[in-house]
Amino acid sequence: MTLAPRADFPLLERHPSLHYLDSAATAQKPRVVLDAIRAFYEEANANPRRGAYALSFEATQRYWSARETIARFLGAADPECLVFVRGTTEAMNLVAATAGREGISAGDNVVVTALEHHASFVTWQRATIEANAQFRIAELRPDLTLDVEHFASLLDARTKVVAVTHVSNALGLVSPVAELVALVRRRAPRAMIVLDGAQSAPHLPVQFDALGVDFYAFSGHKLGGPMGIGGLLGRKALLETMPPYQTGGDMIESVGDQVSTWNTVPFKFEAGTPNAADAVGLAAACEYLTGLGMARVRAHEVALLRALVPALTAIEGVTVHGPTDDAAFAMRSGAVSFELAEAHPHDLATILDQAGVAIRAGHHCCQPLMRRLGVSATARASVFVYSGEADVAALAGAVRHARAVFAGD
Amino acid sequence: MTGASSGRDGSDLEALYQGIILDHNRRPKNYGELPAPVHHAAGRNPLCGDEVAVFVKTEGDTLAEVSFTGKGCAISRASASLMTGAVKGKSRAQVDALFDLFHDVVTGRKKAEDHKAELGSLVALGGVAKFPVRVKCASMAWHTLKKALETPAT
Repeated sequence: MTLAPRADFPLLERHPSLHYLDSAATAQKPRVVLDAIRAFYEEANANPRRGAYALSFEATQRYWSARETIARFLGAADPECLVFVRGTTEAMNLVAATAGREGISAGDNVVVTALEHHASFVTWQRATIEANAQFRIAELRPDLTLDVEHFASLLDARTKVVAVTHVSNALGLVSPVAELVALVRRRAPRAMIVLDGAQSAPHLPVQFDALGVDFYAFSGHKLGGPMGIGGLLGRKALLETMPPYQTGGDMIESVGDQVSTWNTVPFKFEAGTPNAADAVGLAAACEYLTGLGMARVRAHEVALLRALVPALTAIEGVTVHGPTDDAAFAMRSGAVSFELAEAHPHDLATILDQAGVAIRAGHHCCQPLMRRLGVSATARASVFVYSGEADVAALAGAVRHARAVFAGD
Repeated sequence: MTGASSGRDGSDLEALYQGIILDHNRRPKNYGELPAPVHHAAGRNPLCGDEVAVFVKTEGDTLAEVSFTGKGCAISRASASLMTGAVKGKSRAQVDALFDLFHDVVTGRKKAEDHKAELGSLVALGGVAKFPVRVKCASMAWHTLKKALETPAT
């Protein structure tokens, strides 16, 4: 069974034989999201926060209401803590270019993990190079979970930023955020904690206000919203002290000939005409998931992974990366990375595609992790609310076929 | 759109992963570095992280020996292996012409069966034309060979 009917998703309806197992890359869109975007343009299109006429007021209202809905979905009581950006990548770059640039000096350090997506890893690597600061990478245990002791050993009084992924996009492993946050606050009191929520916002019930982090970055398209909209949740007090990210319209309070002053949070960080229609679409996606219930989404996905992982490991030659014992499912979410001996992931993906099974094959924007795994790429299957046992069975069948092609010597 | 709904069928998959491709993937020919001095270049597909290095020993205008190393999918390994055999003993101009033909075949502009004589065992890669996302895999070694020949021998 799927949790959400496939009929809610026009693309899945159009391709009934498609087994879409690449939701970690981008999720399919429920009809309500597409309708909401269309309704914005058909009913309320005007530039938000600009005009004095009724239509612009309507656009402004819908844009603000979207912010409230999305903030509520992610457990942020104050919608002003939500800055709209294009997605997780821009959210990371925003923090690095503002709080990062001001906060990191020569001799300081930034701590990341070996699980980070390039959006986080490269952004902070570059920030430390520019600041002549140290870039420290917390390593993994042999079972590919984060080595928390090593992570702790990297923290000190000169640690200014700690960037951690909430759920690893390549391996689907949930980080022990509460434990990491406690360690950072104790050992690195001057550090800002940036949580990469790209793979947690779609799959886990997230309560930003209770996470104890300073920033939470996420992408709308991975949770069923449109591409090109996402957000940065930040602690209000921090957002208020940070310099602007980009300059332009709507982010200013007043512009003098020589000096300008900045608008309030979150508008200070949103220069130019906003992507209001897509924000409205993302809000519709959040409402759709709220309707399903994020606790049920989580339970559905864990149940599917409990079927998917053993279905793969039962096939001779298949290795699933990361722990697969019964206890492991408490820290598995969304994605499963695996390999078939003798078959390169790209060849595997081509053969699976022929059976209507769409998976990701590649380095998943995690080259540092791939190096540690000793591979150039892995195959990754990922699930969402519209995934079900039929998708798992199709995956397993297609992997068996691939094995027959490649192992038949 | 999926592979299954793209107008391809199982025979296209069989054509892509035919025996000769799988054999060259498992036991590639001319695998390993050549002793200096050689023309050498490395190629990388940033999308997938796959990499290939090509080594060429020239005698005058002739490619006397060609070898490769690298990590990659079956298509890229088999293509590199087949390429090393196909270009050995040819002049640079002949290699350029062969690459142009090969490229036209894997991108579907020309049919492999119309050029069997010129292509030789490279015919085996004709099945790539039905899989546009795999063209890069098939052509990476060739691009790297071109780059190597433009690099002075060291």
